[in-house]
Amino acid sequence: MSEPDKSRDAADHLQNPAFIADLRRQMLRFARLQLDDAHLAEDVVQEALVSALKNVAAFRGQAAFKTWMFAILKHKIVDALRQRRRWVEPGRTVDEEAGDDEWLDRLFDGTGHWRAEELPRKWGDPERSFEDDQFWQVFAACLDGLPPRQGRTFMMREFLDLDAEEMCKVLGISQTNLHVTLHRARLRLRVCLENHWFGEVR
Amino acid sequence: MPSCRESTRLMSEARERPLSVRERMALRMHLAVCSGCRRFNRQIDVLREASRRFSLLDGDVRFPDDKDPQS
Repeated sequence: MSEPDKSRDAADHLQNPAFIADLRRQMLRFARLQLDDAHLAEDVVQEALVSALKNVAAFRGQAAFKTWMFAILKHKIVDALRQRRRWVEPGRTVDEEAGDDEWLDRLFDGTGHWRAEELPRKWGDPERSFEDDQFWQVFAACLDGLPPRQGRTFMMREFLDLDAEEMCKVLGISQTNLHVTLHRARLRLRVCLENHWFGEVR
Repeated sequence: MPSCRESTRLMSEARERPLSVRERMALRMHLAVCSGCRRFNRQIDVLREASRRFSLLDGDVRFPDDKDPQS
């Protein structure tokens, strides 16, 4: 595996058009997932890049340029979510959940116990998986496979690290609804990772 | 005693809010006898940890002078 040249100044990277194009594409994909709004995503990515250029001196000495860049993007997304509060339409949460009950019935029997074939199995050492590029491809595919609102809600909680109270405001939903959505997202994501990763790799 | 379905709900909610004393006791009783749910409890922490590290380790963005490992 090739090591990124960490000694190079971040300013050089930010002035390399090919690198910026690649980075921007990656950031946009991520911002769109989080914000569900292409225009807002563009704005947020632009702001993050401008902010990075302005603060490029602060980067010196930090481990990874990408980590730093995404930390900036994360802050911009959280800001955008907070400001957008008033535009949220609460009505659309219901549809997605309706078809989901059937899926839950495949995991649990009539008395609410795990069906034999769905009983969670032992997973190998997660740290070792985290070091494997293939794991991250599977993880990304599993996230993409969640119903869109579930995926967004899950990442808002676990990646952006918003707390439940703030998420309810941002999403315009009740605490109960938030709990239901996160429970389902976790059940689904767990099954997907077990089927496509942890079930095979020990 | 709560079912597995109910217990997974409590385990999930415990990541967003403190459970009541009654909920905690019910969950503890269930976990004492259910290995599947004990695993579930550990595994949703793995999901959390993976999510935190996710975009940071996404191999898609590379430094321009990196060699492309795929092609």
